[in-house]
This record gives sequence, structure tokens and C-alpha cells, in this order.
Amino acid sequence: MSARRSSDGPAETGAVVRSEQEQRPDQDLPDRDLRDQDPPGPVTPPVDGVGTGSWRRLLRPRLRRVEVAVAVLLAVLGFAAAIQVRSTQEVGPLAAARQEDLVQILDELQNRDDRLRSEIATLEQTRREITTGSDRSAVALEEARRRTQLLGVLAGTVPARGPGVRVTISDPENRMTADVLLNALEELRAAGAEAVQLEGPVEPGGDTAPGRDRVRVVASTSFVDGDQGGVEVDGKLLQAPYRFSVIGDPDTIATALGIPGGAVADVEQRGGRAGIERSDDVLVGALRTLDAPRYARPAE
Amino acid sequence: MIPALALMAGVVLGLVFEPTVPAGLQPYLPIAVVAALDAVFGAIRAHLEGIFDDRVFVVSFVSNVLVAALVVFLGDQLGVGGQLSTGVVVVLGIRIFSNAAAIRRRVFRA
Repeated sequence: MSARRSSDGPAETGAVVRSEQEQRPDQDLPDRDLRDQDPPGPVTPPVDGVGTGSWRRLLRPRLRRVEVAVAVLLAVLGFAAAIQVRSTQEVGPLAAARQEDLVQILDELQNRDDRLRSEIATLEQTRREITTGSDRSAVALEEARRRTQLLGVLAGTVPARGPGVRVTISDPENRMTADVLLNALEELRAAGAEAVQLEGPVEPGGDTAPGRDRVRVVASTSFVDGDQGGVEVDGKLLQAPYRFSVIGDPDTIATALGIPGGAVADVEQRGGRAGIERSDDVLVGALRTLDAPRYARPAE
Repeated sequence: MIPALALMAGVVLGLVFEPTVPAGLQPYLPIAVVAALDAVFGAIRAHLEGIFDDRVFVVSFVSNVLVAALVVFLGDQLGVGGQLSTGVVVVLGIRIFSNAAAIRRRVFRA
């Protein structure tokens, strides 16, 4: 209760309507209910005004029902204040916020949520594009490398290795002309030769002949008879004995060369000999440089 | 003395049991507490002035709390609950300050 000075007037909230008895100078005595039972003692005169009496009365035990109610109310106040303080500390400012504020906060959060969700979707889309794009380009790059290698084998720009045959053609009578070699090459191609190189002269026994020339034989390779013997292949003069190094199915190629009227017969008809050596590991190491086409363009 | 002890006991009980405030009461509890504080300060002042009356205190305590809660409730129904509770807190705060000033004058004579 908020008690007021009497000058504040009774209209004020909590204004005290004082009874006449309470206004008597003996108001520093205990409450009336108890005062009747108290032994009559000397009435202590107020030493320094009402304040001392009030304090003293505050310290006296009170048993009236109204005072119990006062105590209960104050206990309730302390209780409520404590749990209010505690709940404010615990759950933060949102619990104390009003409904419209909460609605607004919720609205903002939902807007933000929507924005973030769309951002997530965009980023995921970008990520997907980048991933699949890089995957696709990586695959394409790998495929392109593979095709480059395969085409390089066909075009003679990369070395090749694999099973095949070595065909050595001797020419003791110097009668091997370009068309014999070309005929042999056609037979090799017909038998499925995939990479071919032609070299000469080859030492009769060995692989290595110093100063020999070797030419990668491709689709555009030309064979021209040399002026003083030998054959000019792609502008390089090769001398007998010649040797084809061929990568392909060894059995098929050997059989194809040996058929009657074939390359071997042709060579022998001109007094030479054709030795066919099958091998699991034939190296075609001669390379061609490739000129970029000036006119032809890939047509899609 | 007994009221002070009761206040302490209430605080301790509130801290020990830590009850959760029901959702329906959450907007009104702080206002009710402030209103009750106003009543308590008024009571202290009345006490110092020697005009304290228990019944008046009880009635004004309860009515203060109820009126404050009612005002806030009405404000909520009218859609101005936030502003109205701010207004109630301001008014009660002014009353608490004036009561505290009176108590100060009474105690320290200054």
C-alpha cells in the first residue's frame, strides 16, 4: 500500500484513512488488539517524532490477521519478483517480448529464412554446374588425349609398340624397285598392319645399323626409285636390305605375306629373300612431323 | 520485521523452486511486480510517517496489482499492450521515485 501524507488527500491511491485512535499520541504503542492485554507500563513519549514510534512498532511482533495477509502479500511479491528475474535471465529477451513484437520478429526470421534458402538453392545449383561441368570437361579432356594418342599412332606422330612382325628384304641383285616395297606395304595393310616403319640398310645379322634411315610409313608415304639404286621413301633414300617393322596380328600378317603370288614370292622372284620374324614386342619408333592442313577444316 | 522476513522468504522460495511462469501470465507478471513494489514503497513511507495501516496496505497492494494487470490486459486486447505497459511502468516508476524521495527525506532528513 502506498500511504500518503494527509496533505495528499484521500483521493490518492493507497491513502490512509486514519482512525482517530491511531492519531492519538499513544500510536507508538503496540496495536490495539494486543495493547489491551499488555500490562500497563509507562508510555514512552515519542523522542523524536513519529519516526521512532513507527520503527518500534515495526519491530514488535504482530499477530493480527491483516498482518499475516501483509506478510503473505510481501512473500508473494518476493516470490514473483524472483521468478520474474530468473525467467528473464534464463530465456532471454524473447520471453518478455509482446505478441506483436514476436510476430514481427518471427516474420523477419521467416523472410531471412526464405532469403537464405534461395541463396542455398542458387549456390547448390552453381556447385552442381561447376562439378558436372568440370567432370564433363575432365572426361572430354581424357577422351581427347586418348584420341590424340590413337590418331597419333595412325598419323605417325607418336611411337608405337606392340606385337607384330619384322620383315627383312634383301636385294643381292639390286632389283628391288619401289613398286616391290609398295606392293609389300599394301599386303601388310591389307593384313591389318596398324603401324609400319621402313628402314634400311639393315645389317644382315643385327638390329642396329649405323647411319641407317628409317621412315614411318603412313597413308601419304611415297615410294620413288632412287637414281643409283635404293628407294626414296618420303624423300629419304633407303638402301637394301630393307626392313619393315609392323605392328599388327603377327600370324595374319605372316600368312598374308606368304601366300602364293604375294609379297614374299614377289621378292624372291627378283632374286631377293624375305625373312619374316614374328615378335611380341615390335617398336615403331620413327616419327613424322605433321603439317597443319591449310585448307581442310573439320566439318561438323 | 516480519514483512521483511516474509519478503526474503518469498525471494528464496522463488529462487529455490524456480517455477516457470505460465505463458498466459507472462505479460502481466512484471507489471504486477512493479505495481506491488509501488505499494510497498508507499507502505514504507507511510510507516515512517506513522500513518501505516495494514488493511489499507493489503487493499492497495491487491488493487494496484489487479489494476495494473487489467490495464495491460485491456491494452493487449486493444492492440496497444506494449505502449500501455510502458505507460504503466512509467507511472508506477514515478510514484516509486516520489515515495523513495519522501522516505529519503524522512530517514536522512535531507
